[in-house]
Amino acid sequence: MNTRPGQAVDKAALNSRRKFLLDSARAAGGAAMVALGLGLYSRQSVSLPASAIRPPGALDEKDFLGACVRCGLCVRDCPYDTLKLAKFGDKVATGTPYFTARDIPCEMCDDIPCVKACPTGALDHSLENIDDARMGLAVLIDEENCLNFQGLRCDVCYRICPVIDKAITLEMEHNVRSGKHALFIPTVHSDHCTGCGKCERACVLEDTAIRVMPYELAKGELGHHYRWGWKEKNKAGESLVTPDIEHKYNLPRGQSYDIQGEGLIIDDDSSDASPFSSNPLDTLNRNSLDTRGNARGTEK
Amino acid sequence: MIRPLHPGATARAEKGWLAANKWLLARRFSQLSILSLFLLGPWFGLWLITGNLNSSLIFKTVPLTDPYVFLQSLFAGHTPETAAITGAVIVLVFYALVGGRVYCSWVCPLNMITDVAQWLREQFKISGSSTMSRKTRYWILAATLILPFVTGSIAWEMVNPVSMLHRGLIFGMGLAWFIVLAVFLLDLLVSRRGWCSHLCPVGAFYSLLGTHSLIRIRADAREQCDDCMDCFMVCPEQQVIRPALKGLVKPGTDKSAGPVITSANCTNCGRCIDVCAKDVFHFGLRTNNNVNNSYTNSFKNNSEQLNHSSGVEVL
Repeated sequence: MNTRPGQAVDKAALNSRRKFLLDSARAAGGAAMVALGLGLYSRQSVSLPASAIRPPGALDEKDFLGACVRCGLCVRDCPYDTLKLAKFGDKVATGTPYFTARDIPCEMCDDIPCVKACPTGALDHSLENIDDARMGLAVLIDEENCLNFQGLRCDVCYRICPVIDKAITLEMEHNVRSGKHALFIPTVHSDHCTGCGKCERACVLEDTAIRVMPYELAKGELGHHYRWGWKEKNKAGESLVTPDIEHKYNLPRGQSYDIQGEGLIIDDDSSDASPFSSNPLDTLNRNSLDTRGNARGTEK
Repeated sequence: MIRPLHPGATARAEKGWLAANKWLLARRFSQLSILSLFLLGPWFGLWLITGNLNSSLIFKTVPLTDPYVFLQSLFAGHTPETAAITGAVIVLVFYALVGGRVYCSWVCPLNMITDVAQWLREQFKISGSSTMSRKTRYWILAATLILPFVTGSIAWEMVNPVSMLHRGLIFGMGLAWFIVLAVFLLDLLVSRRGWCSHLCPVGAFYSLLGTHSLIRIRADAREQCDDCMDCFMVCPEQQVIRPALKGLVKPGTDKSAGPVITSANCTNCGRCIDVCAKDVFHFGLRTNNNVNNSYTNSFKNNSEQLNHSSGVEVL
């Protein structure tokens, strides 16, 4: 009525601006809520369960989750149906590929079709030799149940290994239980194990004694300052610290000591040099002589 | 005013059932065909197309990659291989031409779910709707593009109902039904067209992608409009119709709007064409959006068309 038209417009504009700001704030607030929840959720599901193994050539888990578009093309090109896509509700990030070695292990195809199929490079295309794949590391985790550790010759994990005698070797040890037999200990070597999981699949136990584990669980790490003395010595060709003192044994004439071989060596030709008397009575009397504080052995 | 008839009833009566539903049928055919092509492999061993909507391979040669997930991957700091780049460019160009949200109405499998929710909403006359800003989706889109920066992972893919449903149908759903159900319930009970038209960042991305798309819906025969409101009732993005249909004055300018529905939020679903008894709408190009010219031209065209057809109804 009294208000001039300009004023009314201003008021309307003010109202609409206020409404716009409020609406925007509400929308932004809602989106921020979603973002926070999602951020926390994604942070949480970065941890891959140890039993889930990524395909060959997979980037580090963190990079992988930023590179994999969850398309499943690697799964489709896997000829052995090893790979599967994680479903919502699985412990693996939804839609990402993995396999469970105990169900179907990786057959280590020479042409690595899964890597070739990956459109993004989440599976690194620079992997050309499947032997260079490091999907994980086999660990003989249950020595108490492993048959070989009990002295039996199961050897199945060793025999099935596609990189036999390099990734898994049998190391002979003394069988203390029987006292006279050998143990053939399956021993995994990280410089050759691809983590294909065939050993885990083949283990004859009810539940496997050897498992492929993610590297960060399977491997320790040497202190960065630490050096293996013998390796450094080999590299340098000589000892890097005080030169080893050659140990000298104070032995009677005609005798020497071989620390790694025969032990005490007595020269046969100089029977004179024997520390033992040729008279048997001397040996019998030795203890009684000793108790009296006399020098051991008798003068020749 | 209470409308006794269902939206589209007049069109059905005048044009016949088929003509009044042809774009809807075409859309369902498209959605189901695309889904079937993906399912032929796992179900019958016919691998015409492998993968899923995030990235796929046609005839083992042509790659397709969703540019949205591609962008998220870039933002996560990953440099993709050529296949993904090629695939993303192909998809990008296609939707930039035909309309970004063609993805939503002609491809997205979740659209069938939300359309069912909307249909049930009408059947049961569920009218209450919580009001959300239609711009919320852009904020969520921004959030899903910032998250890869912060977390280094494609976080949105952890919950994305669109890819979850499509991938699930092909590779196994797991518990993904819960997410689909959540979207269904949202659209049915909480908010009208809540997911597709308010929240979904995938749709928001494709909206932006198709901002200048060539193919658009035109209301060239807008002077025929009898204000029955049927197009408005069925439209999932109701706000996009009015400027083109009513030549509504753009706020702050003297110009009135041309007959092309220029809003990037229009999904090119064509349902407005179906339900309009007056054949106001048709698919066309975004060119020649001059207010006056098109008005007169379209009027001529339209009257010719009307004369041509058997002329059930003569003005």
